[in-house]
Amino acid sequence: MAILSLIQGFLASIGAAVLGLCQATGHLTLFAGAATSHVLRPPFYPHELWRQFMRIGYFSLPVVGLTALFTGAALALQIYTGGSRFNAESVVPSIVAIGMTRELGPVLGGLMVAGRVSASIAAEIGTMRVTEQIDALTTLSTNPLKYLVVPRLVAATIALPLLAFLGDIIGIMGAFLVGVGRLGFNEATYIQTTWDFLEYEDVTSGLIKAAVFGFIIAMMGCYHGYNSGRGAQGVGRATTNAVVSASILILASNYILTEILFAA
Amino acid sequence: MSAPAKIVLEGVAKSFGSKHVLRGVDLIVPQGQSTVIIGGSGTGKSVTLKCILGLIAPDAGRITVDGEDVSRLRGRAREAMLDKFGMLFQGGALFDSLLVWENVAFRMLQGRRKLPRPEARDLAIEKLRRVGLTPETADLYPAELSGGMQKRVGLARAIAAQPEIIFFDEPTTGLDPIMADVINDLIREIVVEMGVTAMTITHDMTSVRKIADRVAMLHDGVIQWEGPVAEIDTTDNPYVHQFVNGLAVGPIEAIR
Repeated sequence: MAILSLIQGFLASIGAAVLGLCQATGHLTLFAGAATSHVLRPPFYPHELWRQFMRIGYFSLPVVGLTALFTGAALALQIYTGGSRFNAESVVPSIVAIGMTRELGPVLGGLMVAGRVSASIAAEIGTMRVTEQIDALTTLSTNPLKYLVVPRLVAATIALPLLAFLGDIIGIMGAFLVGVGRLGFNEATYIQTTWDFLEYEDVTSGLIKAAVFGFIIAMMGCYHGYNSGRGAQGVGRATTNAVVSASILILASNYILTEILFAA
Repeated sequence: MSAPAKIVLEGVAKSFGSKHVLRGVDLIVPQGQSTVIIGGSGTGKSVTLKCILGLIAPDAGRITVDGEDVSRLRGRAREAMLDKFGMLFQGGALFDSLLVWENVAFRMLQGRRKLPRPEARDLAIEKLRRVGLTPETADLYPAELSGGMQKRVGLARAIAAQPEIIFFDEPTTGLDPIMADVINDLIREIVVEMGVTAMTITHDMTSVRKIADRVAMLHDGVIQWEGPVAEIDTTDNPYVHQFVNGLAVGPIEAIR
């Protein structure tokens, strides 16, 4: 009997988790649908959009830049090691360029911004929920989805590709510095090889990914903040959930997007 | 009750899970008067206000404002209905990313009632002066103000767009007795001079005596008693008697 109830409890806990996941997915889908439906419908808040764009885009520059710089530098060393095993050290510039633009620029940039931005969005909107500021917006005839969520969604979706593009350049520069300074590449040859080898699609596919990651980052921050529980604990949980879910969704959607762009 | 009804609640019910907060609230709020809802903590006073504003959807019942059923309103029509309201939140609920004057003039900085920024600012300063704040406070952030000052800014924001109805959610909670009296006086003055319909929820009896024309007692999810403020001391309603006199023994259980 004891074993039976143990098994039952085990199955019930799996069931509860699955039901909870389904419920959360449905809830999130409705929220995302409602929020995106407001993107093209007035009123617009250009001032808010600009503020969020600066906050999400401009102030993430140092984080994304440093991440890209060091990643590019390390990548150059690793590829050199790998390449030297079959006497193909000269592939460094081209592989770095592909790796940065197609994968590491958008993904690492996205993850770094997820940590920075989705946490701060969730904390801010969560605090606004807890202190009734979201209710206050409604009573002031302002739709909180339009005023709070839409500017953040649009700003992040535009800012992330720009950040990823800069990240690509800085990452390639990091590899260039290591390549020239440490691995003995000729400066002009390095740049020429990168330039000749890189294809238009390498960059655009990375930027498409980055736009999707931007949307995910802002959506997770807004969703968890908007539905934050009560008190400091509720806001804390919202912040954690925002970062974790944004990071996982970025990695999962990265695979799916790569699969789609790979087939195309 | 000669004044026409501004807000009418009929059988409004709301449950959260298995917790039945409102079990059928019937209340008529007369135009141009100050109605105060009293009741213990957690008896659904805030939920009642939020149902009227549409922040919470009631499970049953009907709420009308100026004869219009508010639960059916969507989009523009709902915003137009909300334009009639001003609300002072318990914690102020000021937007901490905006300056004090931007908070006060919020309605005038966006949407259909948009004014040029200098004009909106002048209007905000005028409203701040009305609630006893100097123009210098206009350029501070809400976090730089004391609790009493935040309440005043919240009040200035609530009255800024000339509402027809103002809701006050526990206006004196968290203030010292002197500041509470100042806020009570301000509320009374503003209600009288603007001729608005006011609805206040509180458990502060000093506040009730100062600002109410009519009093309604909410307990167990229904209105237990309703009448003019003068009658709260003479009524034989056991709930009102226990609450007004602050007695531990009575029909209202002390552990909730």
